[in-house]
Amino acid sequence: MPRNLLGIADLKVSDINAILTRTAEHIKVGSHLKGFRHAAQTTSRKNIEPLSHLSIINLFMENSTRTRVSFELAGKRLGAEVTSISVAHSSIRKGETLIDTAQTLRAMAVDLLVVRHPHAGAVQLLAEKLDCHVINAGDGFHEHPTQALSDAATIQQRKGKIEGLKVAICGDIRHSRVARSNILLLQKMKAQVRIVAPPTLLPDRAQIYDGVEEFSDMREGLTDCDIVMMLRLQTERMQGIFVPSTREYFHFYGLDREKLAYAKEDALVMHPGPMNRGVEIDSNLADDLALNLVHDQVRTGVAVRMSCLELLWLKGSRELEQPNKDKVIDFPSQTRALK
Amino acid sequence: MEQTLIENARLINPSSDSDETGSLLIENGVISAIGIGASERANGEALRIDAMGLALAPGIVDMRVQLREPGEEHKETISSGIAAAKAGGITSMVCLPSTKPVIDDVSVVQFVARRGREEKGTKVYCYAAATQGLRGEQISEMGLLKESGALGFTDAERTIQDARVMTRVLRYARGLDALVVQHPEDRSLAEGGDMNQGRLADRLGLVGIPPEAEAIIVDRDIRLLRGTGGRCHFAHLTTRASIEAVRAAKRDGLNVSCDTAPHYFCLNEEALKGYRTFAKVTPPLRSEEDREAVIEGLLDDTIDCIASDHSPQDQDSKRLPLPLADCGMIGLETLFALSVTYLQDLSLPQIFRKLSSNPAKILRIESGLLQLGMPADLLLCDPDKTWKIEEERMRSKSKNTPFQELEVRGLVMKTFVDGRLIFDREAEQGANGAG
Repeated sequence: MPRNLLGIADLKVSDINAILTRTAEHIKVGSHLKGFRHAAQTTSRKNIEPLSHLSIINLFMENSTRTRVSFELAGKRLGAEVTSISVAHSSIRKGETLIDTAQTLRAMAVDLLVVRHPHAGAVQLLAEKLDCHVINAGDGFHEHPTQALSDAATIQQRKGKIEGLKVAICGDIRHSRVARSNILLLQKMKAQVRIVAPPTLLPDRAQIYDGVEEFSDMREGLTDCDIVMMLRLQTERMQGIFVPSTREYFHFYGLDREKLAYAKEDALVMHPGPMNRGVEIDSNLADDLALNLVHDQVRTGVAVRMSCLELLWLKGSRELEQPNKDKVIDFPSQTRALK
Repeated sequence: MEQTLIENARLINPSSDSDETGSLLIENGVISAIGIGASERANGEALRIDAMGLALAPGIVDMRVQLREPGEEHKETISSGIAAAKAGGITSMVCLPSTKPVIDDVSVVQFVARRGREEKGTKVYCYAAATQGLRGEQISEMGLLKESGALGFTDAERTIQDARVMTRVLRYARGLDALVVQHPEDRSLAEGGDMNQGRLADRLGLVGIPPEAEAIIVDRDIRLLRGTGGRCHFAHLTTRASIEAVRAAKRDGLNVSCDTAPHYFCLNEEALKGYRTFAKVTPPLRSEEDREAVIEGLLDDTIDCIASDHSPQDQDSKRLPLPLADCGMIGLETLFALSVTYLQDLSLPQIFRKLSSNPAKILRIESGLLQLGMPADLLLCDPDKTWKIEEERMRSKSKNTPFQELEVRGLVMKTFVDGRLIFDREAEQGANGAG
């Protein structure tokens, strides 16, 4: 297990399996649910609060509801002391740099820092400067590893496996850290990944991921899929730039029962939330909880985050990042002089 | 008459492509004899320097430098920039007008020239803004600025986006026989971008700048130049398509020239892995294929010059999440060594054509040649000496180099401007007590 959870890209398959296994244990005993602690308190308190000596800070420099609450609950249900800071209340607004803020927090002896930041790579930058464990709760368009792990855990619960499944990720791939993390994770777990979107919402250069099929026709893309993962269209930024209108988008890329019929009969629908009804998903389908796993994903999310906190703390590498690493470039062999 | 005789040197002459051992005599700051006869002409009082087989070449003319003075003296000053330039063998350099205030007024041109003269080191020239305030709207007082000493006109790191404005800049400059320097990048494609567009940018979640952004402006300006006439120079080309466009324009006999910077033939986009902000530059580092195209362009003389593109940035501008970090890297002290190390297919005279004689010719300054009557702007170097780039030892005020710890070849030992020894590595090391 690495020292920090910065992205799926850094995780080995064994790390992913360890997190998924621990998640399954939590779900089995219900330790991620409200009331579990209360019920268990009467028996053996020690076992159920393994992180009771830990201080966790959630530093959210971008708006978030579900991820922040999910991390807060995960920490609290493990007995840790959890503090959440969101950007509106922090001194970032007063002009303090990211590194200064982090070092201030570190000076208060934080054991584990959970960070969301609007810019790609910001969480890694923090991790290099700090000697506590750092979890990426989403950085720009880069990665959102705990969301991908929640999705994987949800799939595993419902389908019993990930390997060999056909998964279509649909929507705004281009601006989605959830999509990036999911593509990496599903490929590591040997699922067959497809991405479905209008070409303006696909990555800039064609065939950017090895082994990932790209589709711009949703019916074709959904054909024979086991899982349909919908992504949120950021309507506030999209119109007229990447897609002409939400009406046109829904017509061609909104998930409804007619398009879903192209997938396998037992196909399941996922969405990282929040959903835009009538934009990327039909309202009727959004409410069909037999098909739609959106609540499962959220519930599983707490268990996954508990597992990540525990495993990083208990099994995470203690090795520090090298100082001054930011100035040393690992010259790739092909950029050596020709000849 | 003051004489200096440099004996037993490899005389590197870019114009005749020659590399022969001999002597060179300097009289009153001017080269007065080369090779045979130089020793005989020296009188008894001449200062004699035994080069011990080192290479004597025309001093480097660095045609793209940011010295940050006036306005951002915490990043670099003309004084600290000159200290770095001397150690890099640079005898003339041209700074960009993107200072604060912008160099779009005669008084600022004069200020920079005066500050340069006071230092008595590397000669400092400047470009003036092509448009007022670098806003890309109204053309600057080019005539007055040229008279006061501006070597050419450019909007620095900004591109003149508007085709009509560019047409007028080219046309007006033609009347003055002035050089126009364009940083070619289409804003609508490049704006908000962090690095080269492609697989790596997508993996890192960074916004890509397509290589087309460069080629589109190069293509456009070449097309405009056919109609306007005049001289147009493209700064730091990085892509196969734009180099190909210049190659074709030169074939057609158009008055175009271009340069590139060492990082575009030493590094590719991979250097940004791990969000290394020291590798964030504008234009961005490109793909490996483009890097090879830059080397090809240098080999077949499509790319005329190599400039350092020295852009000092302090820690506060670089220790940030990559999308928020400023662009640029320092390069004065590493320009020569990186060129020698990475361009092994070029001979020393060919390398000095790119570093010295071609830029001097394009800028129309008297320098860059081993030729009788030329100012004795020279450097003495050991082209085979290997050394390690260490930011702690850099003379520049800012330390933003991605080449930290890289082993390179080629070390400048002495630098002369107008026959005066302005840099002597051995003397400096002796004074510091270091080896």
